[in-house]
Amino acid sequence: MALAKIVSDLGRFLIQVLVSTGKISIFAGQALSYIFRPPFYLREIISNIFNIGYLSMPVVGLTATFTGAALALQIYSGGSRFNATEVVPQIVAIGMVRELGPVLVGLMIAARVTSSIAAELATMKVTEQIDALITLSTNPMKYLVMPRVLAGIITGPILVLVADSLGVFGGFLVSTQSLGFNPNSYILSTVHFLTAADILSSLVKGASFGLIATLMGCYFGLNSNHGAQGVGSATKSSVQAAAVLILAINFSLTALLFTV
Amino acid sequence: MIHFKNIKKSFDNNHVLRDINLDINRGQSMAIIGGSGTGKSVLIKTVLGLIKPDSGTIIVDGVDVNQTAHDQFLERFGMLFQGGALFDSLPVWKNIAFRLQRGSQKRPKDEAREISIKKLRRVGLGPEIADKYPAELSGGMQKRVSLARAIATDPEIIFFDEPTTGLDPIMSSVINELIREIVVELGVTAMTITHDMTSVMAIADQVAMLHDGKIQWCGSRSNLKDSGNSYVNQFIHGIAKGPIKTLR
Repeated sequence: MALAKIVSDLGRFLIQVLVSTGKISIFAGQALSYIFRPPFYLREIISNIFNIGYLSMPVVGLTATFTGAALALQIYSGGSRFNATEVVPQIVAIGMVRELGPVLVGLMIAARVTSSIAAELATMKVTEQIDALITLSTNPMKYLVMPRVLAGIITGPILVLVADSLGVFGGFLVSTQSLGFNPNSYILSTVHFLTAADILSSLVKGASFGLIATLMGCYFGLNSNHGAQGVGSATKSSVQAAAVLILAINFSLTALLFTV
Repeated sequence: MIHFKNIKKSFDNNHVLRDINLDINRGQSMAIIGGSGTGKSVLIKTVLGLIKPDSGTIIVDGVDVNQTAHDQFLERFGMLFQGGALFDSLPVWKNIAFRLQRGSQKRPKDEAREISIKKLRRVGLGPEIADKYPAELSGGMQKRVSLARAIATDPEIIFFDEPTTGLDPIMSSVINELIREIVVELGVTAMTITHDMTSVMAIADQVAMLHDGKIQWCGSRSNLKDSGNSYVNQFIHGIAKGPIKTLR
């Protein structure tokens, strides 16, 4: 009896996961298709690029700088156990550019942007503003979702570039100021070690995470239930889904780009 | 002008609209009355395509609403939402001119702003609030701005969803008078959802009573008090005992 219940619950959970995956896939397909279909609502796109990209820069920059600095300290400490402290510039660079820069950007915009989009759209739904948009002959997918998703795709790589640069700078700062590295040789080591493929993979991840973060905010916001609880629940679910998807897709992209 | 034929709509096991048949003629102001949760808002939303009925047809000017280009079709409508539904992120004038800044009814920015201010004046508000945001306005002002938005493009049909909910009696009276004036002045076809009998008396030519998913009575406003319908009598006199079951 207990086993039957476990199997039944598991089956129900799997069906829910499949249904949600299907719904999100259809939603994503619609959102992306509107990028290529007029009207384009340029003003909305620019405003979202500003909100998602420019206003995220301080938090992304600070997080990346501190992470790069901490990474340099850890590599120096770990490397000193087998006389490999000189690899700090290379490992900081590869760690930041290939993994930490994109992931930090993904998680930071999931926290800052996904939650904000979900709460805003869910509130618009609760207060009938979405219905009002439709009655004013405006498609919410085109007017609200497409500009946010496009802004996420555009600003994701830019934020990743900022995070990569400041992360490497954080490592540089700690290494040259307190670990005794020569500034010139640190910079040369970093530049010589990084390849175009490393940077390109970082940008691809940035665009993917920007897409996921904005898409999850829009999906959960527009599909929220009524009331304040519905808004809260949509916000929480959107951040959870975005964070998990970002980490899962980061793993998949790393496996695809660096192990083949 | 608007004909509901055998409209049915259920949400899971909740059969909200069971078999709605109703005709609203051109230039007529129809009020739909009924208790909370009887499906009045659902009925309006089926016309606008916000909710799809399970079965039945809605004909507007001889055209089935499900068989027509939706965006163009909606350009004929204005809607005053219960809570105003103004866009928080836009100033008042851009809320009013929303339709005038995009789509087939797009106008130059200056002209759109001018029309907004004209419509603001029409609902008794001055141009000084044009650049304010909805959150800076009182409930009554928000309702009036929402009314200005509903009439911004001089639509043929206007829907009013609980236009006086949440307003004090004096502001309710102001809104009722405005709606009546606008309906007469523009010669529009109007459909008002309300359970405020003062609104009904001020706004409506015709009244339909919705209960238990069906139109229980429909007739002119002047016949409302002598309808002889037990549902209507219980509702308009606010009597607890009667065919309409009340929860205690």
